[in-house]
Amino acid sequence: MAKVTVDGIEVEIANGSTVLQAAEAAGVEIPRFCYHERLSVAGNCRMCLVEIEKMPPRPQASCALPVSDGMVVHTDTEMVRKARRGVMEFLLINHPLDCPICDQGGECDLQDEAVSYGRDDSRYDEGKRAVAQLDWGPLVKTTMTRCIHCTRCIRFSTEVAGVSELGATARGESMQVGTYIQKALSSELSGNIIDLCPVGALTSKPYAFTARPWELRKTDSVDVLDAVGTNIRVDARGAEVLRILPRMNDDVNEEWLGDKSRFAVDGLKRRRLDRPWVRENGKLRAASWEEAFAAIAGRMKAVTPDRLGAITGDQCDVESMLALKEFFAALGSQNLDCRQDGAVFDASRRSFYLFNTTIAGIEEADALLIIGSNPRHEAPVLNARIRKRWLAGGFAAALIGTAHDLTYPAEQIGVGPDAITALLDGTHAFSATLEAAKAPMIILGAGVLARPDGAAIHAAAWQLALKYNMLSAEWHGFNVLHHAAARTGALDIGFLPGEGGKATSQMLQDGVDVLWLQGADELDVAAIGAKTFVIYQGHHGDAGAARADVILPGSAYTEKDGTYVSTEGRVQSGFLAVKAPGDAREDWRIIRALSAYMGHALPYDSLQDMRAHLAATYPLFAPANAFRRFAGTDTAAPAGDVSAMSDAPFVPVFETYYQTDAVSRASPTMAACIAAHAPVVAEAAE
Amino acid sequence: MNRLGRMAWGLVLWEILSGMALTLKTFFGPKATINYPYEKNPTGPRFKGEHALRRYPNGEERCIACKLCEAVCPAQAITIEAEPRDDGSRRTTRYDIDMTKCIYCGLCEEACPVDAIVEGPNFEFAAETREELLYDKAKLLDNGDRWEPELAKRLELDAPYR
Repeated sequence: MAKVTVDGIEVEIANGSTVLQAAEAAGVEIPRFCYHERLSVAGNCRMCLVEIEKMPPRPQASCALPVSDGMVVHTDTEMVRKARRGVMEFLLINHPLDCPICDQGGECDLQDEAVSYGRDDSRYDEGKRAVAQLDWGPLVKTTMTRCIHCTRCIRFSTEVAGVSELGATARGESMQVGTYIQKALSSELSGNIIDLCPVGALTSKPYAFTARPWELRKTDSVDVLDAVGTNIRVDARGAEVLRILPRMNDDVNEEWLGDKSRFAVDGLKRRRLDRPWVRENGKLRAASWEEAFAAIAGRMKAVTPDRLGAITGDQCDVESMLALKEFFAALGSQNLDCRQDGAVFDASRRSFYLFNTTIAGIEEADALLIIGSNPRHEAPVLNARIRKRWLAGGFAAALIGTAHDLTYPAEQIGVGPDAITALLDGTHAFSATLEAAKAPMIILGAGVLARPDGAAIHAAAWQLALKYNMLSAEWHGFNVLHHAAARTGALDIGFLPGEGGKATSQMLQDGVDVLWLQGADELDVAAIGAKTFVIYQGHHGDAGAARADVILPGSAYTEKDGTYVSTEGRVQSGFLAVKAPGDAREDWRIIRALSAYMGHALPYDSLQDMRAHLAATYPLFAPANAFRRFAGTDTAAPAGDVSAMSDAPFVPVFETYYQTDAVSRASPTMAACIAAHAPVVAEAAE
Repeated sequence: MNRLGRMAWGLVLWEILSGMALTLKTFFGPKATINYPYEKNPTGPRFKGEHALRRYPNGEERCIACKLCEAVCPAQAITIEAEPRDDGSRRTTRYDIDMTKCIYCGLCEEACPVDAIVEGPNFEFAAETREELLYDKAKLLDNGDRWEPELAKRLELDAPYR
């Protein structure tokens, strides 16, 4: 530890820290453009100059200077101010000062610092540099004339995203940031360079010219387009969600957000179900809530409870799933399933289906085996964390399944379950790596569990975890990586077939007469029996709504106060940012209203009551138990016959990253991404 | 005695006479009133009348949808929506001023970086219905086209002081 004095405030900070970090620890703000705490140090903007006693009498760049014991730093002397003013003047020489037409205006670092260190006029009469516009695909809009060459975008794409597409050509004033050859950014995290850019050189293309930051209403929420539970901020104006930005959470997403989660927001305005619909003579017609309820109640009362079934989708909040579960319990039906992909596996203990290592815990691992998953598509932010671990060194990764570019080297050691068998026998070459590892981990893709032999592979993966010492009092290396945000929460409240109940596949094959789909669009609707009466409760007119006999318009995740459980078992809540369109209502309230209509009123009618009931019934939803990291002490294996594994190779869950759910399928931006990346995919397939 | 003198002086009606004298003087002097609407008072270049959106001489609208006027407006009378135009430039799709909310402070024209929104010399825009005072972009641009010579002159006269 080194003792450093910053502006008279003494702080103790680890050796090897920079002066800028010491100043931050002391609560002294130092202006910076190129420095970012999650990226490598570049030291090229020179804005963070400070004066340090007993060093050569010239300003020092604090972001790149390591601290030493007894250092005395001054950040607000005349020399420092003069130096920073000089740097600002140089930065503004070539900056176009087109703030009125720049989307960064109002949230621009350069604007903010120019207030402190800028001159009120310019002494520069020569012509300014102008740089050609670049096309970086449908997500990032570039105005490279505004670029101040901080290289944050280059460092992000190279280091965090792991896609070396961006770089700089030429030097000095002629330096240009670009992709060398014109192409769309292929990273799933490319949107983050918009947040990183301290000026308006990189802005969001779909959001271009739409709003100013001061007009927006900011609501904290949780992303549901993947199961990572990324913390987001929903920016809305009026009744419209305009953009989604990540919120900082070091345990989950650090400060990154996947492109789908960020840009699929325009899908929330399209193909919405904003009023109830009832199918009459084979055609859907707009109806009132009463008519819809009457149609449902008439049909539900006409069949025996064991012919009623419910399947929940991938984006449901825990409250609405609990309401549906208790409504069906009141009706006497056991036919519930949250696994619309048809997966059947042992979910009797939480550690069987959670990402037990936790996302932050990935950084403690030293060996990784991925089974039948492509984390880059299923959870890009989590994949960035794995890459971060790999960058730190001493980390080996292997993959069983289709080969992908995961942004870190992961040796493909097999395509199907036979590789698991070989690892269980210890005959595989990767066995030695796992054997030698101190903290090995397995990531089992949720797509694998949907295979007919899912339970067997689930059990086999657990056997692998046992064999390679992944389960101990300090370490839990068995992970299931879900891609559906609702799945973990649904499993936590036991939205599963009860005693003698039917699972998804049985419900689809004429197993029920009335089928309630709660936002379930990813199942094969063609497999639903022709005579089955389908009730679709959800927010988008997608596959489920097309097959429905009654449509109940629900709310998307930005339109309700909802609780979600991420794949690592973290209970998080999102807040209502805008009201649902038209007659649409919050999902659990719809079920509450219908339960009263049918004479089985559920025992809660406010969100507070609902949450209290949820916490009382399932203690893990109580605020005090919101997150707990499991130790791998209970080694009892999940049910499943390891020998029942087939030889079929693992196939990716998603063919593409960009359109995987009802919201992103409705999004024109995501469609543009598919179009922009289509040729690349076609080439790769050949 | 003093009292008698004051009463006698009162009978002279001096105040009335001096008042009548002033009336007589003003009667022959220049008039202070004008014959509105046939005559109008002169207005200064900083007069804050009806709003207008100006164009460049080539017909291109000046407004670039920076929304500074919307932000600065203390009465929140301005509503702007924007999106990229087909040529990629930043333009408004909606520029509304609620003239019933407006307090004619002139902050919008002070905030405008391109002299697009201005308050012109026109003060005769009273209307019979409230709706007529909810100005949209077309109306404001039309105002600009109609008043452009006066607006340009005003800005030119005020330029040394801005």
